[in-house]
Amino acid sequence: MGRIVGLTGDEATAEAMRQINPDVVAAYPITPQTETVQRFSEFVAEGIVATEMVRVESEHSAMSACVGAAAAGARAMTATSANGLALMWEICYIAASYRLPVIMAVVNRALSGPINIHCDHSDSMGTRDAGWIQIYSENCQEAYDNLIQAVRIAEEEKVRLPVMVTFDGFIISHAMERVEILEDDEVSQFIGKYKNAYSLLDVDSPVTYGPLDLYDYYFEHKRQQIEAIEISPEVIQKIGREFKDLSGRYYDLMGSCHLEGAELVIVAAGSTAGTVESVVDELREKGEKVGLLKIRIFRPFPAKQIAEALRGVRAVAVLDRSVSFGAQGGPIFLEIRSALFDEIKPPAVVNYIYGLGGRDIGVDEIERVYKNLERIAHTKKVDELVGYLGLRE
Amino acid sequence: MKEKGWKDIPWGGLILEEGNAEEYKTGSWRTHRPVWDEKKCTHCLLCWVYCPDSSIIVKEEKFKQFDYDHCKGCGICSTQCPTKAIHMEEEGKFVIKTEGGK
Ligand code: SF4
Ligand code: SF4
Repeated sequence: MGRIVGLTGDEATAEAMRQINPDVVAAYPITPQTETVQRFSEFVAEGIVATEMVRVESEHSAMSACVGAAAAGARAMTATSANGLALMWEICYIAASYRLPVIMAVVNRALSGPINIHCDHSDSMGTRDAGWIQIYSENCQEAYDNLIQAVRIAEEEKVRLPVMVTFDGFIISHAMERVEILEDDEVSQFIGKYKNAYSLLDVDSPVTYGPLDLYDYYFEHKRQQIEAIEISPEVIQKIGREFKDLSGRYYDLMGSCHLEGAELVIVAAGSTAGTVESVVDELREKGEKVGLLKIRIFRPFPAKQIAEALRGVRAVAVLDRSVSFGAQGGPIFLEIRSALFDEIKPPAVVNYIYGLGGRDIGVDEIERVYKNLERIAHTKKVDELVGYLGLRE
Repeated sequence: MKEKGWKDIPWGGLILEEGNAEEYKTGSWRTHRPVWDEKKCTHCLLCWVYCPDSSIIVKEEKFKQFDYDHCKGCGICSTQCPTKAIHMEEEGKFVIKTEGGK
C-alpha cells in the first residue's frame, strides 16, 4: 500500500524520479518543467537518491549526457519542455537510433514563436518521428504512473527504445491533485535493475557506439528500429497489467474511454480528455449517445485498436492541441483518419485545433463539438474538415 | 563480403568486435599514391611519425613499405620527407586492387 498525497504534476514527476532513483539525471531548467528538476535536485542535495546529477549548460547537452550515460550502462533520465525539447532534437534521434532506453518527462508547452510558456502539444508532437515511444498523460496520477512504467517499457530487451511521458504544462504541471504514491521498495522491485548488454564501460567485451553507417547498413538499422517500436505495444500492455497488480490502476494502449453505445465520439489527449469526460458524463445522464476516446500511447500509434474501438460510431471529432502546418489536419487527426480508412463503414471524422499557446478550452466548446457531431451524423455532410475551437475570427 | 540482412546485425550500428576498422580498406579512396625511392631514404622515419593512417610499415627501425590497403594518398609523407625520398604519382597509373570494404 502506498500513500495518498497532494502533488502538482511536476512534483509527482519528481517523486517518481526519486523512487526510480536513476543512475544519472542530466537536465536544464525550463518553464514549466522547472519544478520537476528543482525538486529532484533537492533530493540529490539531501542525499536521498544515489543519482549523479549533471547540471548541463543546455538541453542539447542534457540529452547528449543521457545518451553517453545510457551507453555506459547507466539508467538515465531527463525532463524538458518546448524549446528545450527542440534544442534536444538532434540527440533525440540519436538516443533512439542507438537503442538507448533514456526516459524523459516532457511537460507540454507551446514552441516559440512568438514566445509563449503555456500548454500545447507542439513540442512533443514535433518529435513524433524521432523514434521515441510517446505516452500522453491526462493528470498528475497518470504522469506519475506512466513514468514508472516507462522505465520498464524502455528497458525491455526486445524494445530498447527511449520513452517520453508527457503531461500538460501548467494545467497539470502546476495544479495540485490527489495522487496515490507507491511504496519506494514497490517501485524499485517493479522496475528492477537496468542491465545494458552492450555497456561502453565493459572493458571485457568492448563495443563501439556511433560508427559511420552509410548506404550499406543505415537502412537495415532503421528497419530494426521499426521492428522494435512495432513490437512495443505487447510489452506496454504486459507492463500495464503488471502495474495494475501492483497499484490497482490499469493502463492499456488507449487511455480509459467511454465508448459503450457511443455514436458521437471525441478523441483527445492530455488534460482536455478529463474535461471531455465530464461533459460525456453530463450528456449521458441526459441520454445522449456521446463518448470519449483518450489517447495514451501516440507512438507507436495503436491504429488497429482504435479502429476497432470506433466501430459502429457515426461521427468522430479529433481534438488536436498542435498544428502540422500545411498538412490535412492535426497530427492525431491524420492518424485517426488513416486508421479508419479500411473500415467498411467508417464514421465521419472531423478535426478541431484548440488550445494553442495555453488558450483555455471549456465545457461549452466541447458541448458545441458534440452538437456539430450530431448534425454531421444526421446530415452525413462535413462542411468543414478542420475547425478551430476558441479562436477569435 | 556479403552484406547481412537487418535481422542478423547488432542493433543501433553497434560494433561488437574491437579493432576491426582494419577490415575497412580505405586504399581505394586514393587518387595519388606515394612512391618510395630507396636510394634517397635515410630511414629517419619522419614519414611514419606524420602518416595519419598508420600506413608506413616499419621493420627493424627501417622504412619497409606503404600499406596501400589503407593509405588514402594524402601526400603528407612526401611533403615531410627531408630527403625527398617519397613522391606522389597518379593512382590511375597503377592497377586498383582493392575496393573500400568490399
Ligand atoms: S621520411 Fe623520407 S627519409 Fe625519412 S624514412 Fe620516410 S621516406 Fe625515408
Ligand atoms: S600518402 Fe598519406 S596516408 Fe599514404 S602513406 Fe603517405 S602520409 Fe600515409
